[in-house]
Amino acid sequence: MSSVLYDLPGRRAIIRNRIIGVITVLVILGLGGFVVYRFIETGQFSAEKWYIFTFTTVWEQILAATGRTLAAFAAAAVASVVLGFVLALGRMSDHAWVRWPATGIIELFRAVPVLILMMLLYYGLPVVGVRLEAYWAVVIALAVYNGSVLAEVIRAGVESLPRGQSEAGYALGLRKAGVMRLILLPQAVRAMLPVIVAQLVVTLKDTALGYIITYNELLYYARLIGTQAQYDRPILQAGMVAAAIYIALCLVLAGIAKWVEVRMRSSQRAGRGAQATPSGRATTDTEVIAAQRGAGKFDSSAL
Amino acid sequence: MNVIVDNLDIWGVALRNTLLLFFAGALIALVLGTLVGAMRVSPVPIARAVGTVYVNIVRNTPLTVIFFFFAFGYPALDLPNPGYTVLAMCALGIYTATYVAEVLRSGINTVPVGQAEAARALGLTFGQVMTLVIMPQAFRSVVPPMMSVLIALLKNTTIAAGFSVAELGVIRANLSERGENALVVLLWVAAIFIVMVLALSLVQRRLENRWRVAR
Repeated sequence: MSSVLYDLPGRRAIIRNRIIGVITVLVILGLGGFVVYRFIETGQFSAEKWYIFTFTTVWEQILAATGRTLAAFAAAAVASVVLGFVLALGRMSDHAWVRWPATGIIELFRAVPVLILMMLLYYGLPVVGVRLEAYWAVVIALAVYNGSVLAEVIRAGVESLPRGQSEAGYALGLRKAGVMRLILLPQAVRAMLPVIVAQLVVTLKDTALGYIITYNELLYYARLIGTQAQYDRPILQAGMVAAAIYIALCLVLAGIAKWVEVRMRSSQRAGRGAQATPSGRATTDTEVIAAQRGAGKFDSSAL
Repeated sequence: MNVIVDNLDIWGVALRNTLLLFFAGALIALVLGTLVGAMRVSPVPIARAVGTVYVNIVRNTPLTVIFFFFAFGYPALDLPNPGYTVLAMCALGIYTATYVAEVLRSGINTVPVGQAEAARALGLTFGQVMTLVIMPQAFRSVVPPMMSVLIALLKNTTIAAGFSVAELGVIRANLSERGENALVVLLWVAAIFIVMVLALSLVQRRLENRWRVAR
């Protein structure tokens, strides 16, 4: 999209772009080279620093630690999606006594940092006699925070739908629950799926906060390896291994998000040519009907 | 309330450090993020590639891991040590810069294609197209998401607690040494953050109303 910002480069522009390109490369090489130089200078590439990674048990431990990261992520992801739906429905409720508490919970937990939530659960609750394992502190804090965020995402998805959708539902004789369950939520979730998956990537990244409240996940184990004096304290090496695993996991999740997005866009295009603009400002009734037909067709073929 | 009044010294230092991390982190993030965002839309393929790689790698690394590298990894390189607070600012800035870059880029993409095309048809150069036509329009749609990024940054400053910076996240550890109730202390910390986030949200709403795009 950004390519509309400039013309095809002419002769002078090509030369200028090449010069800027060369400068960029030089700056990057300079920065990277300096880091590598410091690495060599302080012996970060020496065999002793990496020796600890030649043990099978260490890798088994890393695998186990990654497993604990993923366990916390999986539990938090499922819980946050469920909580997100509950809170979103609560906030869109017609009853004030449901709507206000839900709104309060969403706003409250979105404003408190996740780490403070974890600390409240892990260090704060023992004061009143509730002792949670670090795992549960991580999972509950992540679930509550991301659930609140997802609730807003789902609500935004529902509210972005054209009003005709719910009106048509009521006209057919559906009740509130039916309109929500059969008409609004399926479309909202479809539209918001990329955002929801992106929020799950955030959840995965935030499991690393468990390190600070001593949940023995991947980063915690990396710190443990990195402080082994008899292996020359390979803290940078351990950090690099952990970072590589985290990045790989997140890229896989982000890749899924991208795939879902591309798939949805292509299926939408196949279903309805008229809905090229996602903003539902100027949708006519016929377009809505066409969209519904398109969606219906897609759903039945996908099942 | 006694928890605060009796320990004003610690709370003062903690609040000051949190705000310091926030403002310094924001400054680094805005400068670096603008640079990276500009690289990502620039006509120079190599700069685009560098920007993309930077954003994709750093955005997919947990902030805690970045802190880990700055707080534990950097001292291992035997360079002059500026202290944990400065290292924490760098970690926050480098992480948040990727979000700033993405906000700027998507802001530029919200400007209708016809605007850039018309500007180019008038014979404006890339620099003129950006500064005279695209940026003034993109700025308006960038303000609300940029404030969200800053709110996230404010909340992320707590992570420095795990890496030897005396800010609001650490206050529990300091005060439990003085025998204070950890639950009460943490609830106060949470309350302070809620107030600060609310204040930023108010600013966000006001700016949003003021700069709403009229198309």
